[in-house]
Amino acid sequence: MKIVSAEALEALRQEAVKALSIREESNRSDSAAASGLEKGTPHMQILCCGGTGCKASESAKIVQEFHNALEAHGIADRVEVVVPGCFGFCEKGPIVKIIPDNTFYTSVRPSDVGEIVTSHIIGGEKVERLLYQDPGTGAHISDSKHMNFYRKQMRVALRNCGFINPEDIREYIARDGYKALADSLKRDSLAVLADIKASGLRGRGGAGFPTGVKWEIARKFDAPDKYVVCNADEGDPGAFMDRSIMEGDPNSVIEAMMICGYCINAHHGLIYIRAEYPLAVERLKIAIAQAREYGLLGENILGSGFDFDIQIRYGAGAFVCGEETALIHSMEGKRGEPTLKPPFPAEAGYFGRPTNVNNVETLANVPVILTKGPQWFASIGTEKSKGTKVFALAGKINNVGLIEVPMGTTLREIIYDIGGGVKNGKKFKAVQTGGPSGGCLTEKHLDIPIDYESLAAAGSMMGSGGMIVMDEDDCMVSVAKFFLEFTVGESCGKCTPCRIGNKRMLEILDRITEGRGKEEDIEKLETLAKVIKDTALCGLGQTSPNPVLSTLANFREEYEEHVRDHVCRAHKCKALLTYSIDPVLCKGCSACARGCPAEAIVGEVRKPFVINPEKCIRCGMCLSRCKFGAINVI
Amino acid sequence: MENMINLTIDNRPVSVPRGTTVLDAAKSVGISIPALCHIDLKGTCVKNTPASCRICVVEVEGRRNLAPSCATMVTEGMVVKTNSARVVRARKTVAELILSDHPNDCLTCPKCNDCELQKLVTRFNIREMPFKGEQSERKKEVTAAITRNMDKCILCRRCESVCNNVQTVGVLGAVRRGFDTTIAPTFDRMFKDTDCTYCGQCVAVCPTGALTERDNTDRLLDDLCNPDKIVIAQPAPAVRVALGEEFGMEPGSIVTGKLATALRYLGFDHVFDTDFAADLTIMEEGAEILHRLKAFLGGDKSVKLPIMTSCCPAWVNFYEHNYPDLLDYPSSAKSPAQMFGAIAKTYWAQKMGIPREKLVVVSIMPCLAKKYECERPEFAVDGNPDVDYSLSTRELARLIKRSNIDFKSLPDSDFDAPLGESSGAGAIFGATGGVMEAALRTVYEVYTGKTLPRLEFTAVRGLEGIKEATIDLGGFPLKVCVAHTLGNARLLMDKLRAGELDYHVVEIMACPGGCIGGAGQPYHHGNIEILQARAKAIYREDEGKPVRKSHENPDIQKLYAEFLGEPLGERSERLLHTCYYDKSIK
Amino acid sequence: MSEIKVSCEALRKVEEICQQFNNDPGELISILHACQNQLGYLPEAVQRVIARQLGIPASKVYGVVTFYSFFSMVPKGKYPVSVCLGTACYVRGSDKVLEEFKRVLGIEVGETTPDGKFSLDCLRCVGACGLAPVATIGEKVYGRLNPSDIKKIVAEFED
Repeated sequence: MKIVSAEALEALRQEAVKALSIREESNRSDSAAASGLEKGTPHMQILCCGGTGCKASESAKIVQEFHNALEAHGIADRVEVVVPGCFGFCEKGPIVKIIPDNTFYTSVRPSDVGEIVTSHIIGGEKVERLLYQDPGTGAHISDSKHMNFYRKQMRVALRNCGFINPEDIREYIARDGYKALADSLKRDSLAVLADIKASGLRGRGGAGFPTGVKWEIARKFDAPDKYVVCNADEGDPGAFMDRSIMEGDPNSVIEAMMICGYCINAHHGLIYIRAEYPLAVERLKIAIAQAREYGLLGENILGSGFDFDIQIRYGAGAFVCGEETALIHSMEGKRGEPTLKPPFPAEAGYFGRPTNVNNVETLANVPVILTKGPQWFASIGTEKSKGTKVFALAGKINNVGLIEVPMGTTLREIIYDIGGGVKNGKKFKAVQTGGPSGGCLTEKHLDIPIDYESLAAAGSMMGSGGMIVMDEDDCMVSVAKFFLEFTVGESCGKCTPCRIGNKRMLEILDRITEGRGKEEDIEKLETLAKVIKDTALCGLGQTSPNPVLSTLANFREEYEEHVRDHVCRAHKCKALLTYSIDPVLCKGCSACARGCPAEAIVGEVRKPFVINPEKCIRCGMCLSRCKFGAINVI
Repeated sequence: MENMINLTIDNRPVSVPRGTTVLDAAKSVGISIPALCHIDLKGTCVKNTPASCRICVVEVEGRRNLAPSCATMVTEGMVVKTNSARVVRARKTVAELILSDHPNDCLTCPKCNDCELQKLVTRFNIREMPFKGEQSERKKEVTAAITRNMDKCILCRRCESVCNNVQTVGVLGAVRRGFDTTIAPTFDRMFKDTDCTYCGQCVAVCPTGALTERDNTDRLLDDLCNPDKIVIAQPAPAVRVALGEEFGMEPGSIVTGKLATALRYLGFDHVFDTDFAADLTIMEEGAEILHRLKAFLGGDKSVKLPIMTSCCPAWVNFYEHNYPDLLDYPSSAKSPAQMFGAIAKTYWAQKMGIPREKLVVVSIMPCLAKKYECERPEFAVDGNPDVDYSLSTRELARLIKRSNIDFKSLPDSDFDAPLGESSGAGAIFGATGGVMEAALRTVYEVYTGKTLPRLEFTAVRGLEGIKEATIDLGGFPLKVCVAHTLGNARLLMDKLRAGELDYHVVEIMACPGGCIGGAGQPYHHGNIEILQARAKAIYREDEGKPVRKSHENPDIQKLYAEFLGEPLGERSERLLHTCYYDKSIK
Repeated sequence: MSEIKVSCEALRKVEEICQQFNNDPGELISILHACQNQLGYLPEAVQRVIARQLGIPASKVYGVVTFYSFFSMVPKGKYPVSVCLGTACYVRGSDKVLEEFKRVLGIEVGETTPDGKFSLDCLRCVGACGLAPVATIGEKVYGRLNPSDIKKIVAEFED
């Protein structure tokens, strides 16, 4: 069924809104009371998270069990099972949300389904044990609105994730989807572009270049074939917002690409997506097919005379392809090696044609900026960084998940209020932002309002929004080494500083963590870091020393301890550890000796055992097997 | 002037045309910024600007990072610093990093004193290796023509550019990534298992000792000292206009006389000249051209036109690998060097009473593919090759130095008779278009029976990639085309395959500029003026010759009278012609 | 590397795949994905066919195959194991999980067990950071792994 005009789209919206009304209403309601068929609730919906995280924990099976149970109880006509995208609260997946009472069940097992259906859906009694338990108070919280995790969030880019069925374009349309496009097509494209500029939106993929300016530059280069590219090669290990958006709200990306195409006078769209994201690929394919079916992609869109279509291109496992010139080469079927800018892709990109590259999260903001107005968007955030930012909160934190907050929110709010603080009551040590290009921030940075400038000033960067929390058990030299290992593994090998320089830095860090470091090694690290930053060819290379530089700046004493005293205070660096058995605490149970892969532990049963340091490979097996806390590690 | 850009480099005002790189702009005011991966043989398609080595970085006011001057275009008002402490230190560190993954066995490296990396190390005052660590271990290989030791590779990617973009041979390419990146032949195989043509242009541009020639100097030294061997030399036309460079002489110096003397001093028993065989080639190839033309004009539809030259062994390899369906088009004439070998080991050896196995024919070539050509089994009799082996211009220079010969002060001497006499037509084989011009001189006179009013066919001279001309052959418009580099050859061959190539005669040389830019010549290090000077010298050599047409070379006439009979005759066919094989990789 | 024989049938399939993409060199990566999906890996013979179909040097195909970690020139195990070494998994101990997989399977990263059953690889983030540390075996994702679980998980596949 083709939609031929903006009016027809509006008519479809009016129709589609009905199906979503029960969810929209519950979104507005603040009641904690449980609903249930026997309590008189006429219709209910069960939202089972269909994101990658929850799917990995059998959410598909849960969906099937729900269908079976509803069928068995003969209530399938009154209760609908919906599979939306990620709710963001991945720590406690799989998530099941009940509509209209907003009940938020966590860590649901397929075996829990029967109980949810009989006691809650039918009986109107919430299943207490599956409710989220506040780590602070221990109290069960029955709905998402009252969870700290959600309270401080402001979902703009993620507005539809966890709410609509991403495989049904009508649900997207119901939430003002394609309205921005329809409106734009009636306006002068320059005016639309001016709105994007006025909103202050900046690229969410890394450096934060103003999106409107980027479009303006791309618009200037005239050519018959121009391209709009969506960079969905989310390579930062530990960031998954782009994946979530594509899985949960693929149409927002499609709509934004079309608006961009309209503004810069391009008619071809390409989405470059990681092959590691099969679900996102699937959802995008469905969304593109549906958009074509509805006439929202193709020729003469909404009767405006504007043509646009989108194709998907796949990455194949190369982080550097997140860099736009490398990405373009990869799309051309070549090795993903960056080339010098200028010329920028806006001038000569995909097969030499003018090309505009934006990342997924950036694009997801575009339609909502136009429907709500640039002033609305610009009113959120800080002076230079407008709107919200999605962060993938992970690591040693209670609430791992995907969160979206206004720019300017502090790290403290994110880590302690939304994230629920450090896991297992450990002490906060650092938070790494910006992935392999970013840096580690510490206690003293917790209260700075986060935006592009403040993060850069603190020696890190926004990057794509990975945010990894570390506690006292994390060795900062090892963390720097981890990131450098990543960069060395992902370097394209083209330019000298990145190819050899990073390798040498990694070798130095290897030496330091193995207790073979020398005093001058720290100096060498600094020299190399500076030169690599100054001379590397692409953004990946230029930022690759950041993890080292920031840990050197904030945790220099840890480096010095490793080098001078051969001590790793976090007990992470194996070569610097000595394992021994406390003869007083040892009960002589032999569990450690039996588990030791190196046969380094000897002793007689019921007498204290001893570790032979020569044979010990410092694997930590004895530590995990000892029930009496008799293993000492220094 | 609108298209002039004004900028400041090291506090000096500079004005250069739009589109100039900072590197070239600096050069125009006498600031030579060190560069490594960059090469731009202007006027040819040899160009490599990946901006990857980061040696040529400069400080550009207003930019956060240092910019590679080789690939950064000048902009109005730009302020550049090429020698600030920040730049100089960064450059040195980058060079130190390159050294940290380099064998640094400079003393015994074949590229010692000719290595661009070595020059930088001296220039940057590097006195220690601060960054030691794992070194790449990559494949090594010695082929008939090329020696590959990729441990010395600095990943400048020049060879890759040349192999793919200039020659379109597509054998060398980057493999793997990061620190493991290597430049390797297809599937990490040996050259012999690929479509490599041994054109050697990878060697010609390699800044270090990663790609060098297969060295035959010791083999020659042994033969020269062996009293049981009669060793004879045949230097190619392009050698005499380049060899002097190895001894500090100006590019374009003609050293024919010194060359003959040096070869004699080295101990060659007879010093002949490949130019003689070039004349012979014209006799045979010219006859073939006329033969095919006459058949064509007689209405023979099966005749293969255009006829293509076949003197360049890399070009022969190229079409055997890539165009096995078109093997009937090239002339069946052997290359001059091989013709020389065939004649020396029959006509001359018989004349002198030297048994074949005692005679060692050594060619001195501007070429590396010639080394491979010597090993082709069809160019041997009972396993004894017509040309025993080939040395490059560079190898000869090394041997001369080793043998305590002060080349510059050598007296001139002539080549020996009878295989040393040559015409100006033979001399110009060394430049692109030369074979065509030489052939035209003979074909015109034989076809029309008239004397050429003007010998110079300037339309086929010069460094343009593909040149075409129509020659009035007594009323018949003969359409000719001259191409150099295999990339241009591919353009023509693809047209031929599509039935769209409308010429009668085509000359192809694999190397840029023809043999003067051969891979065995003194390294040009990206300086096009050197090639231009050599080409000029080639034509000067021609002008100075008393005989300038191959068919007027008296010794050639004598050879036909005494031994061969006539061009394309039975004996000529047997000794001077060959056939081609399908060598495509299935 | 010993040459791996590929059946004529498989090579015909490769030609077909190339044709589906109009033999367009710009689609090389999509073609490689499709061929690897079909055959499980991309041996030399397959790359030669692709090069011929697309009219590009085989060295280009090889350069691309070796650049991207997703492509493999050797057959993967029947059950390909991939351990996530993304940051979230790393700080939650994925390095130990990887070590244990290496120990239990007796192979290094990038290798396949002699019986062809398991192969071991690393990957960077599947986006299931909430379940860190994560490993995948085939399509199945294993989350919240502890080194002590590995033996049991591997045993699930020992039939």
